[in-house]
Amino acid sequence: MKHIKTINGSSLSKSVEKGGCGECQSSCQSACKTSCTVANQECENK
Amino acid sequence: MKLIHKFIKNGVPIVLDVNSGSVHVVDMLVYEILDWYPELKAGDIELKLENKYSREKIREALEEIKHLESIGQLFSEDIYDGLTASRFGKNVIKALCLHVAHDCNIRCEYCFASQGDFNSGRLLMDVEVARKAVDFLIKHSGKRKNIEIDFFGGEPLLNFTVVKETVDYGNRMASDAGKNLKFTITTNAVLLNEKIIDYINKNMSNVVLSLDGNRETNDRMRHFDDGSGTYDIVSENIKSFIAERGEKSYYVRGTFTRYNADFSKDVLHLADMGCKSLSVEPVVSEKDKSYAIREEDLANILSEYDILFSECMERMGTDREFDFYHFKINLDQGPCAVKRLTGCGAGYQYLAVTPEGDLYPCHQFVGDSRFIIGNVFDGIINAEIPETFKAAHVYNKPGCRNCWAKFYCSGGCHANSYKLTGDINSCYEVGCEMEKKRLECAIALQVIKKLKEEKNDQEVS
Repeated sequence: MKHIKTINGSSLSKSVEKGGCGECQSSCQSACKTSCTVANQECENK
Repeated sequence: MKLIHKFIKNGVPIVLDVNSGSVHVVDMLVYEILDWYPELKAGDIELKLENKYSREKIREALEEIKHLESIGQLFSEDIYDGLTASRFGKNVIKALCLHVAHDCNIRCEYCFASQGDFNSGRLLMDVEVARKAVDFLIKHSGKRKNIEIDFFGGEPLLNFTVVKETVDYGNRMASDAGKNLKFTITTNAVLLNEKIIDYINKNMSNVVLSLDGNRETNDRMRHFDDGSGTYDIVSENIKSFIAERGEKSYYVRGTFTRYNADFSKDVLHLADMGCKSLSVEPVVSEKDKSYAIREEDLANILSEYDILFSECMERMGTDREFDFYHFKINLDQGPCAVKRLTGCGAGYQYLAVTPEGDLYPCHQFVGDSRFIIGNVFDGIINAEIPETFKAAHVYNKPGCRNCWAKFYCSGGCHANSYKLTGDINSCYEVGCEMEKKRLECAIALQVIKKLKEEKNDQEVS
């Protein structure tokens, strides 16, 4: 494509297929303790 | 609802397709077409833009947009609404925040815990309560293998004996139950010494250490009972800690208030002190406090994030590079859609335990007896509260449903919403604007990093 460069594909919609195991870290335990940015958590089931 | 979000950062036009998570770098022609597409027909878009671009180029760009649409990477369908009921399933507790000490050795002006005692008098958790908490967690964790306990306070190092006994007991119990129990600790770092640092490094998978920035910023809000500042002791202790921590995870975590709305200088002060993992966050407080962030501070705060973004860009790949927690994002291997809908899990996956053994939705609600869910001896008594928190997801929050950032912040912090609007289902709009700004910076940093890597690869080959 000449006008668009895709940096990341449909990773979120694909995650529905295998997601939801719940093994990931609880978000608030990680650093902030007051605000929640879930998107910076790692998946434990890559 | 089909949603995209477009923004320009550092001269790079970026388009996010919210439902698929796709991220694209586009040229200005596509960027401008997306002002009109898909509401206007192709012919009308050509008329709008023909003075700036040739019709051939406009058609070419439109074809590319349609192609991405056809493969579900632009204007993709929302497929998650149904997941909220079907995937959440049975309530499983996977993390506890243990308030081992409702007491503190410093007096922070903005402390949400009323200088450590959560308005309930100074109290240390005894080992029986801590053991019961471990038992409660293991019993309610279902099939989850990975479970967590955070030692919190007040100041948890004021009850270090119970911390150690809980770790010993927890490891034994988790091993018998086939669980992987991770411990973390959140400390003001005043009591750190060689022995404690060694223990923490051996036993805690993550450590959060509090320091707000330079001496002036920190000591204005974080001081001892006699009024003297904590900066000198804490900064030295944190340096000693980092020197011994190796590759293990830690965060130096600061709070900014309207007194240091120019907080980028404090973040950079900590980075230059050698803190490689940083999280500096807006204070959470009732609106009437003198240090509370006001709407009029917002523009200034957003420009501070721009300063930090530029610094992160400049330091990328150098030994001065640092991780700023809210600029960290993993575009392709981040959390799954279900996790993004469940958010922090407060109230039904993550609970706080007081020294007496009472269970609350999270540490921020401790002290407000209306939110007591139960206790570690009798278990969940008020099952309505977990259900209320479970239902507080982005599809039930009116302010989130059509927001582009909903799968990144997952509706934000319940306590933040509650303290500032009186309702966990409402949005604290000043907080939302800050979050959106941080997310744009985070996405742009990943995009620029990837473009840089590709350029380097091309040069090598």
